[in-house]
Amino acid sequence: MAPVSNGGDTPRFDNLTSGVWRENPVFITLLGLCPSLAVSNTAVNSLAMGLASAFVLLGSTFLISLLRNAIPKQVRIASYIIIIATFVTVVDYAIHAISLELYNALGAFIQLIVVNCMILGRCEAHASKNRLPKAMVNALGTGAGFTLALFMVGSIREILGFGTFFGVSLFGASFQTWAIFILPPGGFIVLSLWLLLFSYIERRRAANTGHIAGGAHAA
Amino acid sequence: MQPDSLSFIFLNAFLINNFVLALFLGLCPFVGVSQKLETAVPMGIAVIVVMFVASVCAYAINTVLVRFGIEYLRLISYIAVIASAVQLVEMIIKKFSPTLFRMLGIYLPLITTNCAILGMALFQTFNDYSFGQSLIYSLGAGAGFTLALTLMAGLREKLQLANLPDSATAAAISFMLAGLLSLTFMGFAGLGS
Repeated sequence: MAPVSNGGDTPRFDNLTSGVWRENPVFITLLGLCPSLAVSNTAVNSLAMGLASAFVLLGSTFLISLLRNAIPKQVRIASYIIIIATFVTVVDYAIHAISLELYNALGAFIQLIVVNCMILGRCEAHASKNRLPKAMVNALGTGAGFTLALFMVGSIREILGFGTFFGVSLFGASFQTWAIFILPPGGFIVLSLWLLLFSYIERRRAANTGHIAGGAHAA
Repeated sequence: MQPDSLSFIFLNAFLINNFVLALFLGLCPFVGVSQKLETAVPMGIAVIVVMFVASVCAYAINTVLVRFGIEYLRLISYIAVIASAVQLVEMIIKKFSPTLFRMLGIYLPLITTNCAILGMALFQTFNDYSFGQSLIYSLGAGAGFTLALTLMAGLREKLQLANLPDSATAAAISFMLAGLLSLTFMGFAGLGS
């Protein structure tokens, strides 16, 4: 595999995949945890939150990448925040119109997507420096990775806390639910276990890199 | 206690629905600044001040927005106000205590993206709090954030002496600790009912 170059203008497959797994915004770079953990108590909620954040990320990346030469350096962060806030307002009103039930479950946390550091981080680090196609591909990958991570936390909490998966009962009526996993402590503990797993995998990979030359993700 | 009495609103934001441990708000500085007690406490105080200022401004702005029927601008104007409030607090701290200013470093401007502040402003709007209630709510939320940050810093100072497995990175073990702290705070859930 050719060495990964981040300087090129054409989008590469690697741009897409790195955000999903190797630079997963939640598990590896620890960004955007705050508004996301709070609503990840069921698979549906976490998926909706992930998709909403991904949409905001794609929309603001599109605009920021287009306007990257027009925005003065000194006020760039403020401009990014305003652009992000605009898309969050759109998402907020859209979810309100599509599903009132979902809107009530997510509550103020949809609006809190605006302070999701994952989005601002991507805009500042990537969208503001790259041409449109490449920035969009990267945003797509990061958005997918973020959704996947939330889904992984949300489904575990739902399976253990309610005994269901997408509302379908898994273990029958005799299953004693672990209420702790729906409550806030469960969110912290499930996330912490995923982080432990990821750092374990990362250490194993680092230890093996010396032996397996040219492994797909060795770079 | 009455659910809308001032003392209940304070307790609610401070302990029962602690911003960090029950609502998952402000996790980034919670993990980032909680390594040492000596930075955790000033950070908490700075957050209290910003929250107080933001609460006053958010209340005033919301009154204007409702008056003219343009609530869809709420999010954009709140975030702009919070950014300015942080700038203001930063300038005041720089003027009156340069030592503290240097200690807080990069985390001071980063309060802007602290979701606890925007969360507080949004919650006080959604709960239809009056001006006095909003102020008390912001103080409770700030105090709750400081409490969680201080507890966490104390725990992490002890943790440096513990024998942990290699995979237990700082973040993973911090969230495990936060989970246990959060479990403890669940005990306050029945308070005031």
